[in-house]
Amino acid sequence: MGNAMGTDIYTLGADIGSAASKCVILKNGAEMAASTVESAGAGTGGPARAFEGVLAKAGLRREDIAMITATGYGRNSFAEADLVISELSAHAIGAAAFFPGVRTVIDIGGQDAKVLRLTEAGVLDNFVMNDKCAAGTGRFLEVMARILELDVTQLGDMDGKAEQSAGISSTCTVFAESEVISQLAKGTPIPEIVRGIHESAAVRTASLVRRMNLVLPAAVTGGVAQNRGMIRALGQELGCELMISPDSQLCGAYGAALHAYRKAGQ
Amino acid sequence: MEEKKSAKVILRELQDKIAQDVWDAKNRGEKIGWCASNFPQEITTAMGIQVTYPENMGAAVGAKGGGQRMCEYAEGMGYSNDLCSYSRINFAYADLKECAEQEIPMPDFLLCCNNICNCMMKWYENLALELDIPLLMIDIPHLDKYTCDEDRIRYIRAQFDDCVRQLEEITGKKMDWDHFREVMDVSQRSSRAWLRAIASMSATPSPFSGFDIFNNMAVACVGRGTVAAAEAFEALADEYEELAAKGETTFKGEEKHRILFEGIACWANLRFTYKALQSRGINLTASVYGPAFSFLYQNMDELMAAYAYVPNSNCFERELEMRVKDAIAHKVDGAVFHMNRSCKNWSGNLYELERRFREETGVPTVMFDGDQSDPRVFSEAQYETRVEALAEIMDERKRAKEAQA
Repeated sequence: MGNAMGTDIYTLGADIGSAASKCVILKNGAEMAASTVESAGAGTGGPARAFEGVLAKAGLRREDIAMITATGYGRNSFAEADLVISELSAHAIGAAAFFPGVRTVIDIGGQDAKVLRLTEAGVLDNFVMNDKCAAGTGRFLEVMARILELDVTQLGDMDGKAEQSAGISSTCTVFAESEVISQLAKGTPIPEIVRGIHESAAVRTASLVRRMNLVLPAAVTGGVAQNRGMIRALGQELGCELMISPDSQLCGAYGAALHAYRKAGQ
Repeated sequence: MEEKKSAKVILRELQDKIAQDVWDAKNRGEKIGWCASNFPQEITTAMGIQVTYPENMGAAVGAKGGGQRMCEYAEGMGYSNDLCSYSRINFAYADLKECAEQEIPMPDFLLCCNNICNCMMKWYENLALELDIPLLMIDIPHLDKYTCDEDRIRYIRAQFDDCVRQLEEITGKKMDWDHFREVMDVSQRSSRAWLRAIASMSATPSPFSGFDIFNNMAVACVGRGTVAAAEAFEALADEYEELAAKGETTFKGEEKHRILFEGIACWANLRFTYKALQSRGINLTASVYGPAFSFLYQNMDELMAAYAYVPNSNCFERELEMRVKDAIAHKVDGAVFHMNRSCKNWSGNLYELERRFREETGVPTVMFDGDQSDPRVFSEAQYETRVEALAEIMDERKRAKEAQA
């Protein structure tokens, strides 16, 4: 095995989600050479843009990449992939690298939420996923942000400004939307509504965690991990500290790239 | 010389014959009934009364692609989409009296037994009102204890006798209790043979694809009191045992992993749910669904108790024990739990059942959303992701075990 860049081995992980496409290029299975996040997922131009973008950022060509592993909802339609793994395995591999010793990983993605149990050796041992309902997922937060005329990235800061929480009790996204509209009509300050939304989503996610029995330490991955309000609400609901990483949204792609590196070495 | 038919063919032909017998009886002017799947069939078989099973029709209509159309029709009549899809298909059929995928003769009376499902009482009550026909009910209280006690046995027995009396009035046919005992014996033969066929899945590899249970179980449900069924199941068990003894299997491909499949099949998505497993070398070798249609007893009291031990009628600890024992005996590496949106009785405790099952067996599990006959509730991508991840975990565990060895 070798490539145009000398003895270094480059592998690529592509996490083609329902809401975003993420790519990571790893150098020698350790150093993140480049990454991209495109906020368009499977079935759009997002995967191609993320793929071409990450190669350009790293200054590499397709033939410089020893192995490509795809994961996520659109994994099977990503033509560049040499290998495919489920997003559960990809997130487990990524989280074990991001947070050595982590035993519980909570990944809140665009349309699903999952809780992974890792062994002490960092191997995926079991998992649970949300049912078909989108409550408590990234999509739930996106829908709520849209009604509040906010960008989803603003939710964390807005939550920090709240002095109290407006109760949002519905677990159904559509019903919660009506509740938010009622709160707006009543003149409830937006930060309080945002906090209520986070608490509602946190309760939903925490119940999923409890089905697996919480084993610490625990970390949160996925784009939602960047939302400080959601992390605060979830930590409070579970009564524990939750580890996060600035690269949390890349966890699946990172895991896929690491998987590709391990397979390239075999 | 005529080639010997396989047990699978015999069972299929028998299933068709049983269905035709009900039509023939109806056409002769006999009173026929619609019957709940775990109603004590010994009564009707011994009395020579023909009945047909709306649950089986619901499964067949689902499997043949008519589930969504019939469910939507029932919803248009005002029935909630939260109701069981078998009941919705049946309500639609009771109104339309036609269905391209499968038809059954209209009933003159209804036989309900709530051991398989408590909600069924309301389903049948509703039919009785809509069709203006008598409803005969055998109420089997949910077992809140581990064993069925004397009081329950007496309670069920009293209803048994009353049900026979009412059936005699409705149909004009008389119960012959000597024949009843013969039917009990034949039912035992069928049940034992069906259980023997299922038990053969403990062999490695299992002699057959576990999804075949879903195809063969219909006769266990509707015809186990007949000699023809007993002989067919004995032939099936013999075939499986012969394959197992030779280390052969009808499962397509290498059996890399073995799983317990919890819940009713997704009839409308049967091929997809099967292929996602089979393509990864995963065979179904344990399920409580098939054995649910076998009843073992030595006498009348034990017969009453047997009908109280139907999976959905049991206390949680017994339900759990059934799965754990089955999983251990059939050497499963994982489990797939079907959160069946139709079946509140089965799915209500599924999160806890999955959690305890995982704790007691140590095998990985996944749960997916689906429905027995309403395809709108099933998502292929979600099922595929869960099964793929389960396969990866089982692969990893197998590798680690082999490395250790």
